[in-house]
Amino acid sequence: MRRVVVTGIGATTPLAGDALSSWRSLLEGNSGVSSLEQEWVEKYELPVTFAGQAKVAAREVLTPQEAKRLDPSSQFALIAAREAWQDSGAPEVEPERLAVDFATGIGGVWTLLDAFETLKERGPRRVLPMTVPMLMPNGPAAAIGMDLGARAGVRTAVSACASGNESIANGFHRIQDGEADVVVAGGAEAAIHPLPVAAFAAMHALSKRNDDPQAASRPYDVDRDGFVMGEGAGALVLEEYEAAKARGAKIYCEIVGGSVTSDAYHITAPDPEGSGAARAVLAALDQAGAAPSDVEHVNAHATSTPVGDIAEYTALKRVFGDHTDSLVVTATKGATGHLLGGAGAIEAIFTILALREQMSPGTLNLDNQDPEIPLNVPAKPTALNRHDAVAISNSFGFGGHNAVLAFRNI
Amino acid sequence: MALSEQDVLAGLAELVNDETGIATDAVQMEKSFTDDLDIDSISMMTIVVNAEDKFGVKIPDEKVKDLITVADAVNYITGNQA
Repeated sequence: MRRVVVTGIGATTPLAGDALSSWRSLLEGNSGVSSLEQEWVEKYELPVTFAGQAKVAAREVLTPQEAKRLDPSSQFALIAAREAWQDSGAPEVEPERLAVDFATGIGGVWTLLDAFETLKERGPRRVLPMTVPMLMPNGPAAAIGMDLGARAGVRTAVSACASGNESIANGFHRIQDGEADVVVAGGAEAAIHPLPVAAFAAMHALSKRNDDPQAASRPYDVDRDGFVMGEGAGALVLEEYEAAKARGAKIYCEIVGGSVTSDAYHITAPDPEGSGAARAVLAALDQAGAAPSDVEHVNAHATSTPVGDIAEYTALKRVFGDHTDSLVVTATKGATGHLLGGAGAIEAIFTILALREQMSPGTLNLDNQDPEIPLNVPAKPTALNRHDAVAISNSFGFGGHNAVLAFRNI
Repeated sequence: MALSEQDVLAGLAELVNDETGIATDAVQMEKSFTDDLDIDSISMMTIVVNAEDKFGVKIPDEKVKDLITVADAVNYITGNQA
């Protein structure tokens, strides 16, 4: 079986405009959540008035012509992918052996709804001819594929908030199976638009802590009241190990597992037994040839919703049993908010850097840990002690999707 | 007041630049939109619709395929201004 390593990372997040700055900001304990100043918040009397907005606007990075032809989700994706590609040293790979697996949870929602406004106000002839390619969920993957000249296939997993992890898992398996030698994988989301805000609020999924946005995303805290929407993207360059070694690439770590399961329980609620999530963790560990006791660090899905955080704990307990107490768990959404289809990608980056630096990020706003979730979740950055241990990153999504990644130092 | 050919060329060059990033001074009368300026059909439609707004002309879809060169577009616009 071919081994797969991570040789490049890139991100644009609510914390910073690149991967390493986001990581440093995370370790410093900063929050990327802030009040929304847009006129539409008041216009539509939105019940939630804050979000994790990208720290660096995409239009500050891309040329006006690039931005004009890309939905904001694709703009974030392209920025993250270019950074990851440059970080990897731009491996010389045949275009027919270079693939893209890049996700979005919702797709080009800005483009779709702007176009509908244009149709209503100005008629069909004024609807932009680029509307369809801009709104399609494979738009981010296609933009990256065009930019890098990837011809081994450009694919998009769409599984709500598990999408980013699912895409990375898919990319991992494509290299393992010999279908490609290099894959740019990750996810993006740009859904801080009045409609998704209203819709998520309508289902009572969002925190309504409007008077204190930076304290709103509080995974595992007793006073958590929902997730905080975030936006941005994360990208990894995955590469076949022997080729990466031969070219002297900087290798962050090995990706040793990428698994997907489904609950078939409820369209939005997690299975309270956590069995689907647990099976995903076990499958990733099985791929890694690792036992539960080989895991030290967990980047949890932990979105800060009352039921979701408990269900994930139940799943972890099923897998890890008594070893659960030895895990060093982090919930980085406390700082970034929830990037939906981009969440798995930026959390994979945080997991990779945690392994590399042997340092778990702290979890923001954990003032009173929920007694029903007795996990070891340090508030401050905490040293990891087992260099060769496995780290996992969980993502779960509406639809009962569970996707888990496993990484290990090499 | 009808715009001169030079005015239309300059205005059209701005629209082309805005859509594609092509320098305005590269937009010359004898250039072909597709062969010389590498403008695809999607950008062309955007430029056409923006030109309708800018110059107050109607450019029917069936006419767009006849606008091969910049001169074709400039002449059509100057000849059809309200």
